[in-house]
Amino acid sequence: MDRVLDFRSILFPSFLAVQAHEANDQAEMLADLNLDQIFAAVMAGKAEYNLTPFFHAPQRDMAVILYRHEVMHDLENAALSDCIRRFAEGMREMRRRLERHEKLRFTPQKQRWFLDAVDVYCDAVTGLTDDLSAGAFSSRGLRAFRDYLVGYVASPSFGTLRELSRRLLDELSAIHYCMLINGPRVQVRKFGGESDYSAEVEETFARFRQGSVKEYTFNPPHSESMNHIEENVFNLVAKLYPPLFAELESFCAANLDYLDLMVATFDREIQFYVSYLEYIRRLKAVGLAFCYPRLVQGSKEVRAERSFDLALAGRLLGEDAVPVCNEFRLAGPERIIVVSGPNQGGKTTFARTFGQLHYLASLGFPVPGTDAQLFLFDNLFTHFERGENMNNLWGKLQDDLVRIRRILDRATPNSVVVMNEIFTSTTLTDAVALSKRIAARLIELDLLCVWVTFIDELASLGEQTVSMVSTVVPENPAVRTYKILRRPADGLSYALSIAEKHRLTYPLLKERVSL
Amino acid sequence: MKAHLLYRDRDFDPQRPLVWNAAALVQDLGLGTLFAAMARDDKFVLEVSRRLVLSGLDEGPAHIPYRQDVLRDCLDNARVVRELYAIAVEATEEEKRHYLGSILSTYPGTVLRRSIDLITAYLGMLRKLRRIADSHAEDFRAPGWRALFDVVKRELDDGFFARARSHLAQLKFNNGVLLSAKLATGNKGGRYVLREQPVRAVSWLERLFARLFAERSTAFEFSLHPRDEAGARALNELRDRGIALVASALAQSADHVRSFFGALRTELAFYVGCINLHEQLAHKHEPVCFPQPLPATEHRLSFSGLYEVCLTLGMTERVVGSDANADAHDLVMVTGANQGGKSTFLRSVGIAQLMMQCGMFVAAEAFRASAYDGVFTHFKREEDTAMKSGKLDEELARMSEIVDHITPHPMILFNESFAATNEREGSEIGRQILAALMERGVKIVCVTHLYELARGFYEGTRGKVLFLRANRQADGTRPFRLVEGKPLETSFGEDLYRSIFPPVARETETAGTSEPVQSQ
Repeated sequence: MDRVLDFRSILFPSFLAVQAHEANDQAEMLADLNLDQIFAAVMAGKAEYNLTPFFHAPQRDMAVILYRHEVMHDLENAALSDCIRRFAEGMREMRRRLERHEKLRFTPQKQRWFLDAVDVYCDAVTGLTDDLSAGAFSSRGLRAFRDYLVGYVASPSFGTLRELSRRLLDELSAIHYCMLINGPRVQVRKFGGESDYSAEVEETFARFRQGSVKEYTFNPPHSESMNHIEENVFNLVAKLYPPLFAELESFCAANLDYLDLMVATFDREIQFYVSYLEYIRRLKAVGLAFCYPRLVQGSKEVRAERSFDLALAGRLLGEDAVPVCNEFRLAGPERIIVVSGPNQGGKTTFARTFGQLHYLASLGFPVPGTDAQLFLFDNLFTHFERGENMNNLWGKLQDDLVRIRRILDRATPNSVVVMNEIFTSTTLTDAVALSKRIAARLIELDLLCVWVTFIDELASLGEQTVSMVSTVVPENPAVRTYKILRRPADGLSYALSIAEKHRLTYPLLKERVSL
Repeated sequence: MKAHLLYRDRDFDPQRPLVWNAAALVQDLGLGTLFAAMARDDKFVLEVSRRLVLSGLDEGPAHIPYRQDVLRDCLDNARVVRELYAIAVEATEEEKRHYLGSILSTYPGTVLRRSIDLITAYLGMLRKLRRIADSHAEDFRAPGWRALFDVVKRELDDGFFARARSHLAQLKFNNGVLLSAKLATGNKGGRYVLREQPVRAVSWLERLFARLFAERSTAFEFSLHPRDEAGARALNELRDRGIALVASALAQSADHVRSFFGALRTELAFYVGCINLHEQLAHKHEPVCFPQPLPATEHRLSFSGLYEVCLTLGMTERVVGSDANADAHDLVMVTGANQGGKSTFLRSVGIAQLMMQCGMFVAAEAFRASAYDGVFTHFKREEDTAMKSGKLDEELARMSEIVDHITPHPMILFNESFAATNEREGSEIGRQILAALMERGVKIVCVTHLYELARGFYEGTRGKVLFLRANRQADGTRPFRLVEGKPLETSFGEDLYRSIFPPVARETETAGTSEPVQSQ
């Protein structure tokens, strides 16, 4: 095993300069690929962590991807992910308590919430330290963090913090006092063992009990703060226990900056992994597979087995359905997948899947599929048909071309492009001519591309293009299989299968008309 | 403290589900009349009686003698039973006089005051109950009654009444409210418990010891400023937290007392229903008997003087009873004249069976039968006006439903079933169904005018089938009495026609006819 390095971040290996290179104009791409939907679902309920910057920062450094794969692998262990979850719950509870501490105005109340926050923090930290020390895992990130934690928990400052907060809480919860409310007078003293009167009343009439009866619950006005009567009572109670409350006061003053920055950062960053794993766990439960992709930089041979659109899978989960899985494979000089075939047959979904896989891989996540090899891109571009400007056809074609131009200007041989049904607003001749030009530019750039189109000719431009088509059930062409298969684009197959259904194909018709 | 008049060792659940075919039983056997006679306008009695007759068929015969004993005492001491029932009714209705709106119910003080009023009223009724137990317990012999009176004397002793009175006095809080508390969330007071205030009158020695050993010598005090209205509200809230606990305890106590009276009322309601019915039959000098229940596995059925109780309740004359011993027969097949009393007979069997199984007396001179774990009726439904195929479909669907619910030892009553098609087909369907059920060991009573069906069984499986026939008198009149006899090919439709359309002086005869025309 290599030496564990000093811990800096669970998202980046410490030998790299941590750089947040969030691309700032990728909002359209994220929307086109439905990645925004995926991330919204993944981050649901985790707004407090502000994870968006992490999800919006695709990585180009293989070292980061590998570092993250290791951590992710470890977190797939249920025992380990459980300890992280407990830790996160503790930290969340701590923040909730600190909020109360900030909000309330009566000092003894502020002090108590602060003490409670410290207490749950100490529990969360020691709990995680114990769990990590006992658990088996191999990622450099978690091992480094564990070592850091062990040192932190063993430090005298943490030990004192924990011990003192514990003792104060024990003593506070041991306080038991009595109030005698008689007219306007309230007397406060320590509890003297008087018996529970409600219980006595209950006991007297218990003989009539036939079964359970309704509970009488009164909802006394609930407030986290105290009114001045409660404050008066509290002040008298404090007079019954003077040293304890003096100690509480000095504890709060001495420990204002108890929260360790590294622990707080870890609490946030680990959620990047946890949120994604929690999300895909539900999909795994319905039989969908995820795998750690091999990432390539020099070669452009990419492939994926039994992959699917993650956004679609998330949507279908609510309907108790799973998406149809698809394959792709590019070898040798092949760069561009041209997808054609019947509409509503899953072409766009296929194109999105290709884009999603590459983007998710660049975050260091496992991707949909049983096996995948993906390209570590420098930029991911998408060009999807825009719904707006529909009445202005010329405007739309212009918009199409402007956007393509922008992509082509910035794209490099290391970019990935996903194009969906462009040039639908012009004549077929125009569309064919324009498409061929664009295709030539793409081929020249030697970049990876998926292109959904109704123009069959694109599928056979050269050895760089691969044709894939959406398919239907032969016996009933109205039923889509959502399978995108590698086969020659043949605009007729769809029409032929309908003809066959109606026994109007040549051999069938001949048979019918023969005697 | 339980009133166990229906089961020796458990409560009766007034919510327990009716048998799945309750509606069919009520319709086919005309049970509405029975329930109305038992209820005599008391809806509660009606509901409880209905529930008891139409559920618990699968409980076996064990509880039947227990209830019969209780019922015998009831018939002998009807006045006392009605008095007890009246107390239970008064107690359960008392609550309505102390209306607690949903808004008021959020104030502990209101709930506490209402509970004190309720408990005060209940204590009066409990005293009445105790007095009845004191003066009448000796007149009751049934174990169910003895247990009830014993528990009343034991639990409602003088000590209980004294303690209850003392609580009602203390709950006025003349010496203030004493609460204990701990520091809960955010150092706010919490886990309030209302504490009993030490009684003032302690000896000087006890006071001394209390001084010496109690740590509570230190006490601090503050007083509310007279013009501090917000403070007064807050202090009231605090006080209410303690009162809430005892208000809840006392309200639940009142509910417990009420539920005791409720249970007592439920258990008594059934017997009051029996008393009501018994009085009406006794008035007509109709005989009743306590039937002899036998285990379901024995598949027995025999009786004498069995008559249809609902029929007799609706007419002035007594009705004619039937005798039969079908202990050894799987199937009782009733054939004969239309309107010859076949359906009446069938209903009398079904009603008697249900009455026996819930512990009632039976409208017969003698009745002995297994407690079947299911009683099913498959009656021709006159109201179905669908086409023939649709009718047979509906009929067989109902048959199939019965088969879906069939129990290990059921009794099934068929009334003109499978007649929705022609005689040959109907007979064949009927033959197959009845034969299969017989082999399964179902006790069957079947009324049919399908001669083919009856003849088939007469010739094939005679030993296992008891044939009864609507008796035809020589003069052509038909009393409601069945006799053993082989099926005859001709029915008596012509007689019926003649009785309704007499050849001579038709108008006067029909207007003054004294023969009851039963509804089929």
